[in-house]
Amino acid sequence: MKAIVAVKRVVDYNVKVRVKADKSGVELANVKMAINPFCEIAVEEAVRLKEKGIVTEIVVVSIGPKEAQEQIRTAMALGADRGILVETGAEVQPLAVAKLLKAICDQEQPQLVILGKQAIDDDNNQTGQMLAALAGYAQGTFASVVKVEGGKASVTREIDGGFQTVELNLPAVVTTDLRLNEPRYAALPNIMKAKKKPLDVKTPADFGVDVTPRVKTLKVEPPAERSAGIKVKTVEELVAKLKNEAKVI
Amino acid sequence: MAVLVYAEHDNSSIKGATLNTVAAAQAIGGDIHVLVAGSNCQAAAAAAAQIAGVSKVLVADNAAYTNQLAENVSLLVADLGKAYSHILAPATTNGKNFAPRVAALLDVAQISEITKVISADTFERPIYAGNAIATVQALDAIKVLTVRATGFDAVAATGGAAAIEAVATVTDAGTSKFVAEELAKSDRPELTAAKIVVSGGRGMGNGDNFKILYSLADKLGAAVGASRAAVDAGFVPNDMQVGQTGKIVAPQLYVAVGISGAIQHLAGMKDSKVIVAINKDEEAPIFQVADYGIVGDLFDLVPQLEKLV
Ligand SMILES: Cc1cc2nc3c(=O)[nH]c(=O)nc-3n(C[C@H](O)[C@H](O)[C@H](O)COP(=O)(O)OP(=O)(O)OC[C@H]3O[C@@H](n4cnc5c(N)ncnc54)[C@H](O)[C@@H]3O)c2cc1C
Ligand SMILES: Nc1ncnc2c1ncn2[C@@H]1O[C@H](COP(=O)(O)O)[C@@H](O)[C@H]1O
Repeated sequence: MKAIVAVKRVVDYNVKVRVKADKSGVELANVKMAINPFCEIAVEEAVRLKEKGIVTEIVVVSIGPKEAQEQIRTAMALGADRGILVETGAEVQPLAVAKLLKAICDQEQPQLVILGKQAIDDDNNQTGQMLAALAGYAQGTFASVVKVEGGKASVTREIDGGFQTVELNLPAVVTTDLRLNEPRYAALPNIMKAKKKPLDVKTPADFGVDVTPRVKTLKVEPPAERSAGIKVKTVEELVAKLKNEAKVI
Repeated sequence: MAVLVYAEHDNSSIKGATLNTVAAAQAIGGDIHVLVAGSNCQAAAAAAAQIAGVSKVLVADNAAYTNQLAENVSLLVADLGKAYSHILAPATTNGKNFAPRVAALLDVAQISEITKVISADTFERPIYAGNAIATVQALDAIKVLTVRATGFDAVAATGGAAAIEAVATVTDAGTSKFVAEELAKSDRPELTAAKIVVSGGRGMGNGDNFKILYSLADKLGAAVGASRAAVDAGFVPNDMQVGQTGKIVAPQLYVAVGISGAIQHLAGMKDSKVIVAINKDEEAPIFQVADYGIVGDLFDLVPQLEKLV
């Protein structure tokens, strides 16, 4: 079966982002970019399913600027077979990403679509669910275990109270949580091989999808700063402060 | 203008996050209707009818909604939601699971985890793990929002007397099936509702050592949380994770024990009123947000703390 994996190019998770002085957004110039950590887990899961002989082809898709080819190449170095970049310099919000992915699913007819549960830039946690709704697929979000057998996917999900397991008809959407797997590092020969794998470049217009934003960002500001407090020397002093100064115990 | 609030419940009672979501609905304005979708959920519906500020409770009581399968629930909410200007759900794992589907079915955007209502179409929400706060305006006719509970003070659970109305529509997508659930049981307060939270990180060393946190927590009437490192290492279950991708808490007092203070962890707790950090590394970033820090070995300090509180 074919699997599609969606990967987003985002600011590396180690970067502490700074808000621009004009409040129009966060500073992205000369900032290290990377594949969204949850997407990396999605690629790894698809590769493991391929190694088990369940998945036969992995198509990795990204929507974004030309430079997102780097993240597609990274995914191919980890084991994806080919890539599709839907290239656009514009802001593409989750609903539009989901529509583009839906159009690609219509063409590619995958049995499984794996996405990250959340992109760590906008922290939306929407795209997989939206894609599933548009395509009429079942969904297993926040997955920590994925098993595919007998034409169904069994997904164990991380929920507020613990775990939940659901059984999904295929095709289905899975979104990954952190503990689904630990992604491998790409080996150098695989990085070289990835450069030769096919990568199609398309535009949103090729799929007839209108990507006009539905949500307008009016301003972006730094959060209220928490000032560092004091260091106390002893537990007695701490308890006294908590009782008399902060009055929280 | 009327606002539809999706109630989080266990069929017999309403979960706390619903009350914060109703508060967000009040900030938006207009009539507030609450939807209780479940099975044998009449008791939850009766409880919802008492929530202050709610004018109507819709009850969809059907086996199709027993386990809150997103495929089924989203069809129902999208169908009912067409009549509303706003559809709100708590930003719990359940709300996050179905609300984006509702938005997609209605061909509108969804705005995740709002922390403030500026006006009926403009909201604040944290991005980049809380390192920036975006003010966003929804341009679609129907606004689908998930609400971060810590951003809104809960409305009173009682005092209201809303009318209860049964919903006849049944939406069963038939694409997914509930198999099993493994819910952590604890006598301690729920993490997201507790007034005091004591959290442990990798510094705890192993799961057994968490005992000292549990006994401190019991003395304080606190909930116990953890960093991702502690969960990944298998010290404690996943439902205890606090952070960008875990639970968001904002208690009166948060005690971080053996936690370094990575931005992803801070994202889940830095709105706490008072933060205490216990760490043996005086350079640990957690001290930059702590009101009271104490440098030392947690295995000495935590038992001392337990004795003195
Ligand atoms: C996409 C993504 C999402 C993430 N989401 C989350 C999230 O939701 N929540 C989260 O917590 N993390 C999250 N993380 C992980 C985060 O980046 C950190 O790795 C994690 O928070 C570190 O946990 P820690 O502080 O327990 O461990 P460490 O960073 O290893 O810190 C351990 C601390 O314990 C102290 N210590 C050790 N022994 C003792 C002792 N005997 N006495 C006192 N102090 C001691 C050390 O000095 C150190 O400061 C995420 C990461 C990524 C990439
Ligand atoms: N521009 C994009 N290109 C490819 N995949 C995306 C894009 N945006 C979101 N996704 C996918 O959707 C997941 C969730 O993103 P979000 O809903 O934005 O938090 C990500 O982890 C990706 O798998």
